[in-house]
Amino acid sequence: MTDVPADLPRTSGGARAWLTELNAWLLLLPASVVLVAFTHYPVLATIRSSLFVVRRNGTEIFAGLDNYRAMADDAIFWKALVNNVWFALGTVPTSMALALLMALWVNRNIRGRGFLRLAYFTPTVLPMIAVANIWLFFYTPDYGLLDQLRALAGLPGWNWLGDPRTVMGCLIVMVIWKEAGFFMIFYLAALQQLPPDLSEAAAVEGASRLYIFRRITFPLLMPTTLFIAINAVINSFKLVDHLVIMTKGGPNNASTLLLYYIYEVAFTFQDSAYAATLTVVLIAILSSLALIKFGYLDRRIHYQ
Amino acid sequence: MRERTSILEAVAAWVLALVWIAPLAYALWSSLHPAAFATSFSLSAPLTFDNFVRAWHQAPFGRYYLNTVMLVSLVLAGQLLLSTLAAYAFVHFKFRGSGVAFALALLQLMIMPDVLIVENYRVISKLGLLDTIPAIALPYMASAFAIFLLRQTFKSIPRELIEAAKVEGAGPLQILWRVYVPLARPTYVAFALVSVSYHWNNFLWPLIVTNSVESRPLTVGLAVFGAPETGVDWSVINAATVMTMAPLLIAFLIFQRQFVQSFMRAGIR
Repeated sequence: MTDVPADLPRTSGGARAWLTELNAWLLLLPASVVLVAFTHYPVLATIRSSLFVVRRNGTEIFAGLDNYRAMADDAIFWKALVNNVWFALGTVPTSMALALLMALWVNRNIRGRGFLRLAYFTPTVLPMIAVANIWLFFYTPDYGLLDQLRALAGLPGWNWLGDPRTVMGCLIVMVIWKEAGFFMIFYLAALQQLPPDLSEAAAVEGASRLYIFRRITFPLLMPTTLFIAINAVINSFKLVDHLVIMTKGGPNNASTLLLYYIYEVAFTFQDSAYAATLTVVLIAILSSLALIKFGYLDRRIHYQ
Repeated sequence: MRERTSILEAVAAWVLALVWIAPLAYALWSSLHPAAFATSFSLSAPLTFDNFVRAWHQAPFGRYYLNTVMLVSLVLAGQLLLSTLAAYAFVHFKFRGSGVAFALALLQLMIMPDVLIVENYRVISKLGLLDTIPAIALPYMASAFAIFLLRQTFKSIPRELIEAAKVEGAGPLQILWRVYVPLARPTYVAFALVSVSYHWNNFLWPLIVTNSVESRPLTVGLAVFGAPETGVDWSVINAATVMTMAPLLIAFLIFQRQFVQSFMRAGIR
């Protein structure tokens, strides 16, 4: 913000400066209206709604922290929150490790690089709902692809998405497949910007490729790794489309996630005050993650 | 870094790539073959477009396509217009409160419309827009991310060009249209590709605010069509799935490099 704006009035003060300000605000007006209506106002309205309860005749009464107390006693809320943690732990590290591997391969002089990059990246451009449809068939009991494979080995069918023990794992595998290629391109961009002389020098010294990766490439990629990790965790709180057609959060809430639970409470159970209370928690989580991200990004800019 | 890779690694890379492409290849296979071949992969299986024809006749996919195209265009047009004006205000003009205004705009990067479904539904309902395409588009029309990207790009434009335009007597809007916008073209293309991909694929919010064939985009149409209660068989559902993905997938295959570069540039989504 240190550079001088191009349209500085020649005589500060006076009508010209006033006109400049007016022009600027007029240019900002359309975007501001939309941002206020669909971001700022809804955030404040969410916090307000979380402090009220709606009575049967439609009137609202102030309830203080009652909704929050109810939330603290709500086993499904805790289940969703814990599921979100498992979902992030299950998807983020594995998809990032695969992404790094993919990027290292695609960055090399490997045969068919173009095809490899295409194959890895393609799931990223598919709609989550289409992906869910395809994978739903893999997991279908008896008739689905996975159970047909089991049948070849003489094993009985398994209700993959209907069993609380396997449902989360199944969804995690699918999301890893969907996301890894997206993270790959960030690693690829970072790899292409690394100075080649360091690893060349090490190679001349006779260092093994694994050694070069461990001691030179991976440490140099650390900022990228942190950047992807934070974005991936934020993203894991927004990924719920697949639940709508695959499990509806079930069985017995074994696969529900916070945003999906908010959707259910608001639009299936029609309890908007409680949905707002849950949304406040989600906003708090996302804001904290974003603050970590911006704090970290700022630091990186200072160091460079 | 571009040294030859060992055979073992090349094989591993290829195996992973084949595994990665397999689910998509499977969807294509079953959509192009009779239902009897949905799980038996035989080279002698007859090719057929029957599944596509049935899907097309069993649900108004033509209308869904139209809705999605209208939705994606409306969102993109709104985003480009509003964020261009806003970014121009931040870069070209000095005014009181610009720092605060910019910070307030960036709040949307933290709290995206995707998570404000409860209150945004109320706002849309108060505006009387429920079950329309503008209802799906409106919350996304001002994109903090686009404002941020364009501001970065606009700031890098050499001042001499702007001064030259001024000397020629160009007014503020002419400077924007003739100098800033043309020079920011790569940013516009990158943002447009990311935005179109995102909104072509978006699901939860459209599911919430639409309730009829006239406003439903493809993704929601597909979910309604594929619901287990409907009893449609898998090959037909897979044909519908392929139809939903096809335009974006084909665009991606043709403009692969441009897509990957755009996602790199505008990666935060």
